[in-house]
Amino acid sequence: MSASVPSLPPTLKANPQLYRWVDFNTQGLVRIYPGKVEIGQGIVSAIAQIAAEELDIDFSRVHCHPVDTSISPNEGSTSGSRSIQEGGEAMRQACAEIRSLFMHAAATKLGVLPETLQVRDGRFLTPDICASLTYWDLVQEVDLHQHADGKSSPKAPETFKTVGLSLPRLDILAKLTGGAFIQDLELPGMLHARVVRPPSFRANLLHMDIAPIKAMQGVSNVVQHGSFLGVIANREELAIDAMNALGKACTWNETPTLPEPEKVAEYLLSQPVDDELLCNVTSSLPDGDIQELEATFTRPYLAHASIGPSCALAWFHDSKLEIWSHSQSIYALRDEIAKLLHMPPEKVVVRHAEGSGCYGHNGADDVAFDAALLALAVPGQPVRLQWTREDEFAWEPLGPAMVVKLAGKISKDGSVLSWQEEIWGNRHIGRPGRFSGPGLLAAWYLEPGIEPPLPADMPLSMGGGSQRNAVPYYEFPVKKVVNHVVQSMPIRVSALRALGAYINVFAIETFMDEMAHSQSIDPIEIRLRHLTDFRAVEVVHAVARMSNWKAQEQGDGVKGRGFAFARYKNIGNYAAVVAEVSIEETISVKRIYAAVDCGCIINPDGVLNQIQGGIVQAVSWTLKEQVQHDTVRINSRDWETYPILRFSEVPEVFVEFINRPEEESLGVGEGVTGIIAPAIGNAVFNAMGIRLRDLPFTPDRVIAAINES
Amino acid sequence: MTEHQVLRVNNEVHEFTAHSATPLLYVLRNDLKLKAAKYGCGLGQCGACSVLIDGRKALSCDTPIWACEGKSITTLEGLGSAANLSVLQQAFLDEQAAQCGYCVPGILMSAQALINQNPKPNMQEICTALNDNLCRCGTHIRFVRAVLRATGQLS
Repeated sequence: MSASVPSLPPTLKANPQLYRWVDFNTQGLVRIYPGKVEIGQGIVSAIAQIAAEELDIDFSRVHCHPVDTSISPNEGSTSGSRSIQEGGEAMRQACAEIRSLFMHAAATKLGVLPETLQVRDGRFLTPDICASLTYWDLVQEVDLHQHADGKSSPKAPETFKTVGLSLPRLDILAKLTGGAFIQDLELPGMLHARVVRPPSFRANLLHMDIAPIKAMQGVSNVVQHGSFLGVIANREELAIDAMNALGKACTWNETPTLPEPEKVAEYLLSQPVDDELLCNVTSSLPDGDIQELEATFTRPYLAHASIGPSCALAWFHDSKLEIWSHSQSIYALRDEIAKLLHMPPEKVVVRHAEGSGCYGHNGADDVAFDAALLALAVPGQPVRLQWTREDEFAWEPLGPAMVVKLAGKISKDGSVLSWQEEIWGNRHIGRPGRFSGPGLLAAWYLEPGIEPPLPADMPLSMGGGSQRNAVPYYEFPVKKVVNHVVQSMPIRVSALRALGAYINVFAIETFMDEMAHSQSIDPIEIRLRHLTDFRAVEVVHAVARMSNWKAQEQGDGVKGRGFAFARYKNIGNYAAVVAEVSIEETISVKRIYAAVDCGCIINPDGVLNQIQGGIVQAVSWTLKEQVQHDTVRINSRDWETYPILRFSEVPEVFVEFINRPEEESLGVGEGVTGIIAPAIGNAVFNAMGIRLRDLPFTPDRVIAAINES
Repeated sequence: MTEHQVLRVNNEVHEFTAHSATPLLYVLRNDLKLKAAKYGCGLGQCGACSVLIDGRKALSCDTPIWACEGKSITTLEGLGSAANLSVLQQAFLDEQAAQCGYCVPGILMSAQALINQNPKPNMQEICTALNDNLCRCGTHIRFVRAVLRATGQLS
């Protein structure tokens, strides 16, 4: 019998060779190789901070190598607020083991016991501080071509020196001074490309006259595969001219395949579904005075709406395809492109380069495959493909529209007795590599044409997708939740920050407010009666304290305040918010108070940045955002047809953390986004007595609700 | 057809060949290799491409180079460099005022244009000046604080 092997973090177990994670090849610097990508969330800096802590090296010495399929560990996708838990823990353990190997090597050379050595900024010192060796002195002594074995333990939280500090992010200086993005990369002899998409999702190309486009100034190629069309030119503005001309030279047949915009909820409720029982707690209810409530909630299709449209570089040379991409799924993208192009995976290299913030699955993967198709047409020459604003809005996968129906029973003394919940919508994850069919847009338009596959969800135990946060975190005697997974996909959908949590938390937390109001109970009081997890209780108390919440406080007809709580995914961070609104012609969100417990905080300012951003983005979704369409086309194609929150509309935001260094770190990128909509809606109710159950809360809907009441 | 062009950018004279209707943005990025100004929409709606023309904010995606003749253009590279940050850039660094950072060059140029006109803008004036710059990450709060810091108004 071999001794039992201590368990390793999953992504380290999958990539156990230590040299894959860290190298000391440059004197005085440590280069780390996270498998997670920077998407503006500061994750790479946080992982670097963990590495600095475990290696006992100053943070300024840590450099991060962007994910590259030819060298980096494969840590799957960077999504779901899982990067600190997955990538951070893997790096922590890898660095703990590497430190131990170097410490033993240093001890041997210095002739002392390893446990007597101190480590200061990469230098191993003897107890009398008279002799020392650095990591770089020992590079020849330590071979990192060995597997992590789990035998070295990371540091105890009480000894942290670097973790827990608000250190500046590694990437910000470059972003304040010039070109730091994939859009700014240049390769020698690079050509510029644009694609020409159909006018609608299921349009067929009837006719196209390529010859005049090929003759245009600067145009080197016009590429056609089925109804995938692109142009390549020697200057960017000439590629744009050619794109516009090619667009006009195409005739398409379009058919109405989208639901009527005013009847998306009816459409979803009428489609064939695949049912999934998420929760079924039963018990016999007491007799007595019970009130029953019902309500229906909806959310629209939402866009990721990255400020920088997607971009990729591709270069086909020497039978190898090199791609630069801002995808969140670098390895899956590599595998899928290789499969679609019938190339061996090792002949396709995908490297991450930072793009604009994505907030989920935007056009990043699609543009990379587009660029690959175009690069194959010009062997030896690198191609830069920049999607247009219109490409991004019309062709990025959207966050799915959904419907939630709730029915509940509450006793006169304010106990929620029964909770019946049903949700309708597509599943949420359409990323490449998540199902057998191709998850890349252009693949569906190549000959002979493929039907886009339906998206997938993760299991609920891993956070789910459409069903994320569908099961209330509250204890009720009867609790049944059913997910009706819609089996048609008229509009392409995929993961948008928080996935189903946006509507599921909205529905649950609005309905809790309705339950509370029905029995004249304070909205915070009713939550506390049904929460048993002390960490949940503490964030609720914290936000009540910081917002100076008064039990049963009443709005004044214009101003009001609302409360909401959720534990993200029911397994992630805890957050509670109070929103303060003022309603005149439109809803104005004045202040948001948030209390957050995300376990051990690696970088407080980094967490604050993510929480502020998540709050502001969720205010934008809630007040403004819905993708416009008719029965044929997506009509949100620019910022006028898809407005987002502007500076003058941004609330003041106050955030308090409950730091728990002894607990696991929990990601925060998405964790506050679900509770904002219900807090705002509950504040509107508190102010004016009107209940908003359809997102977004547009002025028209406010007026309609006033007229109804 | 393409013609010989001359532009004054960041106090240097640049010569290149392009059609006079070419948007300034592509000339800055591709001919002059000044990559800070970003393509965001090409429609003059988002502000990611903001630069200064004669000290005032202009949208380079929407400005043909013929309209820049005889004028002085400033891009973010002209404000400061990593080794020599401007006061405004330093304030953004101190406030860690970025998430993805894609909109930041445009925000910085719009803020600089404001400060050129109004050395002590209040919060409302800052929000008004930046209102045509879109930020998707929700970093607005930090941007406003950074402008207050740069103008010596943060205690």
